Amino acid sequence: MSLLQVKNLVVEFPNRRGTLRALDDISFGIAPGEILGVVGESGAGKSLTGAAIIGLLEPPGRIASGQILLEGQRIDNLPYEQMRHIRGRQIGAIFQDPLTSLNPLYSIGKQLTETIQAHLPVNDAEARKRAIALLEDTGIPAAAERIDHYPHQFSGGMRQRVVIALALAAQPKLIVADEPTTALDVSIQAQIITLLKNICKDRGAAVMLITHDMGVIAETCDRVAVLYAGRVAEIGPVHEVINHPAHPYTAGLMAAIPDITQDRERLHQIDGAMPRLNAIPPGCAYNPRCPKVFERCTRERPDLLPAGATRAACWLHAKEAV
Amino acid sequence: MTAFKVALSGGSAAHAVASVGAGPALVQAHDLAKTFDVSAPWLNRVLEGKPRQLLNAVDGVSFEIEKGKTLALVGESGCGKSTVARLLVGLYEPTRGGFTFDGQDAHAAFKTPEGRKLRRRIQMIFQDPYASLNPRWIVENIVGEPLKEHGLITDAAQLKDRVGELLKSVGLSPLDGPKYPHQFSGGQRQRISIARALATQPEFLVCDEPTSALDVSVQAQVLNIMKDLQRERGLTYLFISHNLAVVRHVSDQVGVMYLGRLVELANKQDLFATPQHPYTKMLLDAIPKMHDTGRARTPVQGEVPNPLNPPTGCTFHPRCPHVNERCKAERPALLELRGVKIACHAVQEDRI
Repeated sequence: MSLLQVKNLVVEFPNRRGTLRALDDISFGIAPGEILGVVGESGAGKSLTGAAIIGLLEPPGRIASGQILLEGQRIDNLPYEQMRHIRGRQIGAIFQDPLTSLNPLYSIGKQLTETIQAHLPVNDAEARKRAIALLEDTGIPAAAERIDHYPHQFSGGMRQRVVIALALAAQPKLIVADEPTTALDVSIQAQIITLLKNICKDRGAAVMLITHDMGVIAETCDRVAVLYAGRVAEIGPVHEVINHPAHPYTAGLMAAIPDITQDRERLHQIDGAMPRLNAIPPGCAYNPRCPKVFERCTRERPDLLPAGATRAACWLHAKEAV
Repeated sequence: MTAFKVALSGGSAAHAVASVGAGPALVQAHDLAKTFDVSAPWLNRVLEGKPRQLLNAVDGVSFEIEKGKTLALVGESGCGKSTVARLLVGLYEPTRGGFTFDGQDAHAAFKTPEGRKLRRRIQMIFQDPYASLNPRWIVENIVGEPLKEHGLITDAAQLKDRVGELLKSVGLSPLDGPKYPHQFSGGQRQRISIARALATQPEFLVCDEPTSALDVSVQAQVLNIMKDLQRERGLTYLFISHNLAVVRHVSDQVGVMYLGRLVELANKQDLFATPQHPYTKMLLDAIPKMHDTGRARTPVQGEVPNPLNPPTGCTFHPRCPHVNERCKAERPALLELRGVKIACHAVQEDRI
């Protein structure tokens, strides 16, 4: 039984010249305690998927069809007030830039206790105690003193720890982390990733980790979904997707990453760029850039098909082709 | 057109001969330092008794880059890599030290009328292709500007031809000339930046995180173009990046910076095979390994200290696992040890 189930999610942006389909028929699930990575190039729809799940799609963006279920309950069609209680209580969110996700005018203690008290029936003293415990859990030294400091008094890595503490404040079952380490240096990134991984395992929270960094995905996630032009290109266990990619796009993406452990004269490059939303080609969205394209790809759109240990939206893996 | 090309290539051939004949490296930085005054305003200092505060962004950096080679500088944010880049193109004046380009003192030359010639030979590629191109200019004018500014081409038709050629050399079409930057994707914009930097036929390109803002597939395109151009034209690069995998791909030599100082300077092979400095080891270890899924590791604790109040002695000592009393008291010099240049007491004393 999945904790989170996304079924055939379609997100559209209506505008004067028609409707842009930013997410097109996205389906996946996350089990309790599992970390699902969502990876793709800018504009692939990673962050939008996260925003749709936490109910923070910016208008005019809207969920046109499909369902989002949390523990079997639909959450995509809830009224704003009801969603507000789920957000934070059941679903925690961590965003990319720790400076903009904290209010610079309040001490971090105030922000933490406010979040705790908004979701849990505890008094001020208890809330403060919990806030200090949370800061300690996220590895902030001298938490009892630092709780009264303001965000600008913390370094980037420490701020991101505070943001993680905020997301965990009401002990949510699901955490949506949108590029949590992108703004940080590699040494700090390693600390934050380890923290996120351990703290979620300890609490049994499921995590949806959105990033464009394959290295982070490889190290952190159990499964990974590769998005391309608003569609899932491939989904499967992380070591399978990385070592035996079934979709030509995943294979290209993996080969384009410079390898720290070996020298290569030239990097593999995927020519061209991801199509704009108003010019997605018919059939498979990747077909103009695909080295293995054949006639069916330009005509018919592939669904996710079983391909070894993963599932890939690619006609190469159609039954009759094998 | 042909006359122009001959003149230019003749010029660069002469330089090439000069530098090969003389022997020394094309770019030589010696004890380069830049201090910024970040004090509170004068009135606050007088009324509130606040002290003057100086920030040593770059504190004595020396290196050499040979013609046709790439030196990469790596380090975390705030370590002074970008300041070094800006010093080398003359956007900043060094507080101490300086650098020589092709045998002449560059910062002295920048101030003379001769400096224009030197600037033509040193160009820069910036990090953010969204911020470094003027959104109100068409690509043709952006790429043609250095040619006009340096008076290399004055004829409009010739200029158009030359811009078309430049765009072609970075994998764009001459037909892209009349478009505006917003009509291009991030990778294409960065190629426009490269075309602009190449316009004056420079010999030395300073690249400040040229691919950090790009997706991996686009990054591969840009890195491949940069390597191809280097091979074709014998360009010399200073490549600044925080991504060690990218650095391994493009560089010949790698300098690791920490709080404004070089802590290790080595050939690429040596640095990645046998990193010596504890900070280099930590940086290499911090990179997630792609084919090693789910490996647990213990990241190094701590963060880069405040550069306004750097630690005494070796600035890395609060985070270093091999620290001793000497590290806390005495600043290590960059010495030639074990075949690489390294600033570490522990390596010098053979403790690690």
